[in-house]
Amino acid sequence: MQVDLITSLYVFMLAAFIGFEVIRRVSPLLHTPLMSLTNALDAIAVVGAIILAGKHETRMSTILGTIAIVAATSNIVGGFIITDRMLKMFKPSAKAPKQ
Amino acid sequence: MIVGQHLIEVTYLIATALFILSLKWLSSPATARRGVWAGEIGMALAIIGTLLYKGIVDYKWIGIALVLGAIIGVPLGNVAMTAVPQRTALSHAFGALCVTLVGTAEFYLRTPDVPKFTMSVLSLEVILGSLTFTGSLMAAGKLQEVLPQRPITYKGQNFVNLGMLAVAIIIAVMLVMDPSRTTLYPVMILIALIFGVMLIVPIGGADMPTVISLLNSYAGLSAAAMGFVLDSKLLIVAGALDGASGFILSVNMSKAMNRSFTNVLFGAFGQVQTAAAATQEQRSVRSASAEEAATILSAANRVVIVPGYGMAVAQAQHRVRELYDALTKRGVDVKFGIHPVAGRMPGHMNVLLAEADIPYDKLLDMEDANPDFPQTDVALIIGANDVTNPAARNDASSPIYGMPILDVDKARTVMVIKRSMSPGFAGIDNPLYYLDNTLMLFGDAKQFVGAIVRELSGAGGHG
Repeated sequence: MQVDLITSLYVFMLAAFIGFEVIRRVSPLLHTPLMSLTNALDAIAVVGAIILAGKHETRMSTILGTIAIVAATSNIVGGFIITDRMLKMFKPSAKAPKQ
Repeated sequence: MIVGQHLIEVTYLIATALFILSLKWLSSPATARRGVWAGEIGMALAIIGTLLYKGIVDYKWIGIALVLGAIIGVPLGNVAMTAVPQRTALSHAFGALCVTLVGTAEFYLRTPDVPKFTMSVLSLEVILGSLTFTGSLMAAGKLQEVLPQRPITYKGQNFVNLGMLAVAIIIAVMLVMDPSRTTLYPVMILIALIFGVMLIVPIGGADMPTVISLLNSYAGLSAAAMGFVLDSKLLIVAGALDGASGFILSVNMSKAMNRSFTNVLFGAFGQVQTAAAATQEQRSVRSASAEEAATILSAANRVVIVPGYGMAVAQAQHRVRELYDALTKRGVDVKFGIHPVAGRMPGHMNVLLAEADIPYDKLLDMEDANPDFPQTDVALIIGANDVTNPAARNDASSPIYGMPILDVDKARTVMVIKRSMSPGFAGIDNPLYYLDNTLMLFGDAKQFVGAIVRELSGAGGHG
């Protein structure tokens, strides 16, 4: 248990460093898609909700888990769709001028 | 059929790597879409892996919930680009709701024997989750204009808010000491929910970019905390990435508004305004017609357009695109100067202009745009105000003094499309409008830009 905790803290720390380094490089141009994409990725919380709803331990835990799946799935689906829609719109000059 | 726990862990591991790659590819528009695909594959793998988990005894509700979530998600992914800020706020609320519900269920399943550390992170998870849930709903309501956008402030607001947060934390500590006190749990949640509302009550529209980033960060941190509770490394990583992203954006936004980060963290938004505005003696401004504006623009070599939230409100981005086309056809070099806090969320203007088919290499951020202004013939400001206010640079008594601005006043001619002389959200007078090289173009952004475009296409014909 104690070992797991320390491992988890290491994982968190390393992921935070990676996050800072990777996201610092994202151009301000794409900050809105960045937010919608991280939001979709964050909805990975759905895995916790799926297990909770599926284990069927108490009626309350199943209900809460089910609602949580709905909330997270809508973020996954909506988040990926809108991020892709936005990114599709960003085009460089080379293609743009028609005449 | 028993699928080993190891296989599930492998799908999580791959998903984690894909999530990191996903954000890495987002660094440039050229690879960004690949990033979305990586994220989607990672997500699909993780969900399939989870569905194989042998502890799952009933798939009925999972299936229904997944389908229902997808049904809600599709329209949320297809909102108009102008509605992206409120959609983002709403999705923060959904994410936080998921985390809070799972945390709550875990608490009631595990009580009374919850280890101290687990109870601490679980409290962190649900407190952050609850306040992000109501806070984001409030933000979405304000952005959608179903709630009044005016910041509501009262005496001792920070005291009340911090007091509530303190009480929630004290209850959390009591629960850590003795997790069997289940009656305290709903009280803690309730206080956190109310705190989320109170946090957003004093926020005005122009502070939204910072607030949305902050809520993004909170949503990420609560998911990471959930990862600790469930001992899921995948969740810890995803939450940490989201938290880091929100944190970086919050710091960017607060820098761009010249607020200290603690000022932002404690929700002391909307405090800076109110001052100033009183001393407005009648100074004269010069105004011009669309015809005159068109003449000046077509004679220019370099034009920088500075869009602001007003452009989004007037839905003027497609007219702006026509203006861009008309001027580019005449050989005018047109670029866009975009302030980090222009609009209602980070990157808001870029998305609207990209939607209007303006190539992204014409969109300059503040650092790239500012050195250009002295060589610029015309700076055309469409629906932006405070981010162009020279008082931020040279008037120490101004409430926005020190805020980095776009140096539009250094351009040869400044043109400002504005509905009237009324000051911006902050109630701060903008000395820019009284400069000798400034021309005011009074009117609705969309109509006025349209009128300029008509003049340009009518008058010239052969470029």
